[in-house]
Amino acid sequence: MTPVLDIDDLRITYHGSRGPIPAVRGVSLTLDPGETLGLAGESGCGKSTLAAAVLRLLPPGTEVTGRILLDGEDVLTMGWGRLRAVRWARASIVFQGAMHSLNPVQRIVRQIAEPIVLHEGVERAAAEDRAVELMAAVGLPAWRAKSYPHELSGGQRQRVMIAMALACSPDLIIADEATTALDVMIQAQVLRLLKSLVAERSIALVMISHDLSVLTDTCERLAVMYAGRLVEYGPAHEVFTTARHPYSEGLAGAFPTVGDTAARRRPRGLPGDPPDPAALPGGCPFHPRCPVALDACATTDVTLLDVRPGWRAACLRVPATKEADV
Amino acid sequence: MSTTESPPPPVPADVIKSSGSERPQSARAIVWFRRRAAFGAFCRSYAKHTSGVIGLVVLLAIILATVLAPLYTDRADLNAATAPGGRMESPSGEFWLGTDRTGRPILTMIVWGARVSLQIGLTAAVIAVAFGTVVGMVAAHYGGWLSWLLMRVTDWFIVLPAFILSIALVVALGSASKWVIITAIALNSWATTARLVRAQTLSIEGRPYLERTRALGAGDWHQMTRHVLPNLMPLVLASATLRVSAAILSEASLAFIGLGDPRSFSWGIILARAQAEGAVSYGAWWYVLPPGLAILALVLSFTLIGRTMESVLNPRLRDDR
Amino acid sequence: MADISRTGVAEPSAAPGGTPQSDPAQAAVLRRAYRGEFLRFVAVKFSGALVSLVMVVLTSFFIFRVLAGDPVDAVVGDTPATPEQVAAIRERLGLDEPMGVQFWEYLRSLFTMDWGTSYVSDKKVTTLLWERLPATVLLTATAMILAAAFGTWVGARSGWRRGSTGEKVQVGVSLTLWSTPTFWLGMIAIVAFSVKLGWFPVNGMHSTRGVGDGFWDEFFDVAHHLVLPALTMAAVLYAQYVLIMRTSILEERGNDYLTVARAKGLRDDHVRRLHAVPNALLPTITLAAAEFGTIFNGSVLTETVFSWPGLGLTFYQAIKIPDIPLLQLLFVFFAGTTVLVNFLAEIFYRFLDPRVRRSA
Repeated sequence: MTPVLDIDDLRITYHGSRGPIPAVRGVSLTLDPGETLGLAGESGCGKSTLAAAVLRLLPPGTEVTGRILLDGEDVLTMGWGRLRAVRWARASIVFQGAMHSLNPVQRIVRQIAEPIVLHEGVERAAAEDRAVELMAAVGLPAWRAKSYPHELSGGQRQRVMIAMALACSPDLIIADEATTALDVMIQAQVLRLLKSLVAERSIALVMISHDLSVLTDTCERLAVMYAGRLVEYGPAHEVFTTARHPYSEGLAGAFPTVGDTAARRRPRGLPGDPPDPAALPGGCPFHPRCPVALDACATTDVTLLDVRPGWRAACLRVPATKEADV
Repeated sequence: MSTTESPPPPVPADVIKSSGSERPQSARAIVWFRRRAAFGAFCRSYAKHTSGVIGLVVLLAIILATVLAPLYTDRADLNAATAPGGRMESPSGEFWLGTDRTGRPILTMIVWGARVSLQIGLTAAVIAVAFGTVVGMVAAHYGGWLSWLLMRVTDWFIVLPAFILSIALVVALGSASKWVIITAIALNSWATTARLVRAQTLSIEGRPYLERTRALGAGDWHQMTRHVLPNLMPLVLASATLRVSAAILSEASLAFIGLGDPRSFSWGIILARAQAEGAVSYGAWWYVLPPGLAILALVLSFTLIGRTMESVLNPRLRDDR
Repeated sequence: MADISRTGVAEPSAAPGGTPQSDPAQAAVLRRAYRGEFLRFVAVKFSGALVSLVMVVLTSFFIFRVLAGDPVDAVVGDTPATPEQVAAIRERLGLDEPMGVQFWEYLRSLFTMDWGTSYVSDKKVTTLLWERLPATVLLTATAMILAAAFGTWVGARSGWRRGSTGEKVQVGVSLTLWSTPTFWLGMIAIVAFSVKLGWFPVNGMHSTRGVGDGFWDEFFDVAHHLVLPALTMAAVLYAQYVLIMRTSILEERGNDYLTVARAKGLRDDHVRRLHAVPNALLPTITLAAAEFGTIFNGSVLTETVFSWPGLGLTFYQAIKIPDIPLLQLLFVFFAGTTVLVNFLAEIFYRFLDPRVRRSA
């Protein structure tokens, strides 16, 4: 079976006025049809860059190497015409901040219908009928079709974005901080909706957030990014409850689940700030902030090590913790 | 928080005075040091804009040519009685840009005319910007009905066709002397500055350090002159530069339709005379082309400088996304 | 977050599948609420425009009657006049009355539309206005349409390609045109295209010798005369539109909805035309309306250079005398039109921008 998304050794470097800034530094990932993956990390760790790269939406002048296969086709080498055909039809994105992601002067039905007209060549009226159906699927009443974005609440706008993402029945949806701006109640509703919609249509989902507990709720697997690299990758629940990388552990501790007694004794939050991508510390980039750093951490460039099949972590302590686990 | 480490430029001078008598520098020295640093940063940023540098070079060249005019031209040539050339001579080795109907050399006319155009343009712009700044600051600082009234008047002046209003004023005042023209131009170009200054003052007054000065009992005058005005200065200067462009164009246009000092040699007057002496139908391009190009060069240089200053000072426009 | 606190008026609960049966009624309520708000908006703007118009009328009286002093010299002209003749003229013009009475007469003339007689042509000044208006409308409308169409188009393209050579050239050309004195541009155009090349007539609106009597003969004759003045006048307007539109596009360019449009698979020029330009046009309309006054500046200068028989030329000729009643009427006309256009633009904008139209 061809994976929906197959990223191999992806490296992305921005070239700004201050010199090159490596945002993603060698990430490999695969996603099978219908699978759900949570991608976690602090702001600036490269997770949104990664998402934008899947549809080649990075600003011109950005250096991208490696391979991104969508249904077996390399996104990075395809021609512009092919790329435009693949965008939204194969993979779509639910962008963060739905206020600015919707065109403020177009009615929402037209915005949802736009990709249908574009990719399936149907009449606009027919496409708008389908858009209204999609709105119903995300729980928006039909009379809202003629509304403008500013007339909707934050939650409703995010539903519009989801309806839009579903429009061309893609194989993959990337939700980039899709619920971050919403308050907790709405966030839960939107998440539940998104989860059930991708499940019933067997669409693969990559969900990006800094909130590990949200990702654990929604996704089967979890990938944690730090300073442009994956530092842990494994089954969602295990990574959340018994993280092997101190950074994942810190992230999990920042969002404790109610009723989880073990969480109370875990260290809370993370000391310090995320590193400046233009000047990363040597060795393991996390070592200056790591509560359990060894001397070797400052000099060794740690790669992902197997915790057990399907679960890997980039920490020198992994073999040790593994023994302790047994 | 130590005041010397608090971020951007203006430091409440009185705060330092009260606490820092043992510091080696005086409060004033610190403030000036910081202003010099900010000015240095401004210059470095300005130098990166090619168009701004070109504008500055052109302007300096024009000013130099104007100041040195007595060295290479003779003012007496402009007297119709003692004019050296023949009637409407085309350009030659002796008269590089030809002569007018009474034989006066066009080049000398333009070089001396620069004084009038520069003088009127600069004076009108300075008056307009000074007036606009005061109105804007007062409207922002005091608020209430005064602010409402001032802004209504400002809006009214912004909407009206300024040139028509200037013409009406000059006609009504009867004489087209230098000061009447300056007043007419200034009166119709202060409004944009007032609006800009009001918006800026409001945002500056919202900053925390001004609340601190107010809490320390600083009066309106102190707040305005020591804290608001220094912060406004760069933007006001940028605005003034753009005003100069507009004022020079207004002066030329007024002069062209006959509302200029007929004894002077402003570039607009030269063109009006060219029109009246039939240079256009005569095909005397040397009489028509150079004065206009001079206006264009001067206006464009001020425009380029003003725009560059604006984009250096306004990070939103500078931001190259 | 800020987004949520700005939630619209009657927000149906965000529960999935919001109850459809009550919603049409709600929509009607909303629509009524918006309509009331719109009327209030029009009323506020209208009263503002009215105050501006009154100020225009007062300014006109102040400038031409109080500031201007005695216009008898202008009426008499070069012909020598006896003191009796001067007194007779003063009485005919109502200048012997006290200022208060003059002001009262002035106000009365506003409502009776009797603005007096021209000092020069012995025609009613209102008659002169209506005679000369069509020529000005033809010239300014042509120039404006040309400038707006090309200016916004070029401005949008150059803003979209910020930093490209094309953009730099376009901005350079616009700044140069903006810095060019309109009247001089006209003079140069006449020297080059009329005198030297002979492609276009030197001035005026009609040929003096017969070009035929048919409608089309006349049409082409006027069009031929129109080319140079219209292009001259359009130049500075074009520059304004390019610069305004470019700035608007630059402000839109960073917005996320454009990334979404790109992600949907739209071609780059479709992203620009379908998404960026409609948004950027909105602020452009406001700014263009605010600059409407400059059109009259341009028409005075252009019509003077080309002897185009419109209001601008009339104004210029009236300055020379000075023909006070005519100047007074033209001043009120120019300024009043500008005020009205700004008022209409604000109403129009409200229809165009859904954010303003229906903001709660």
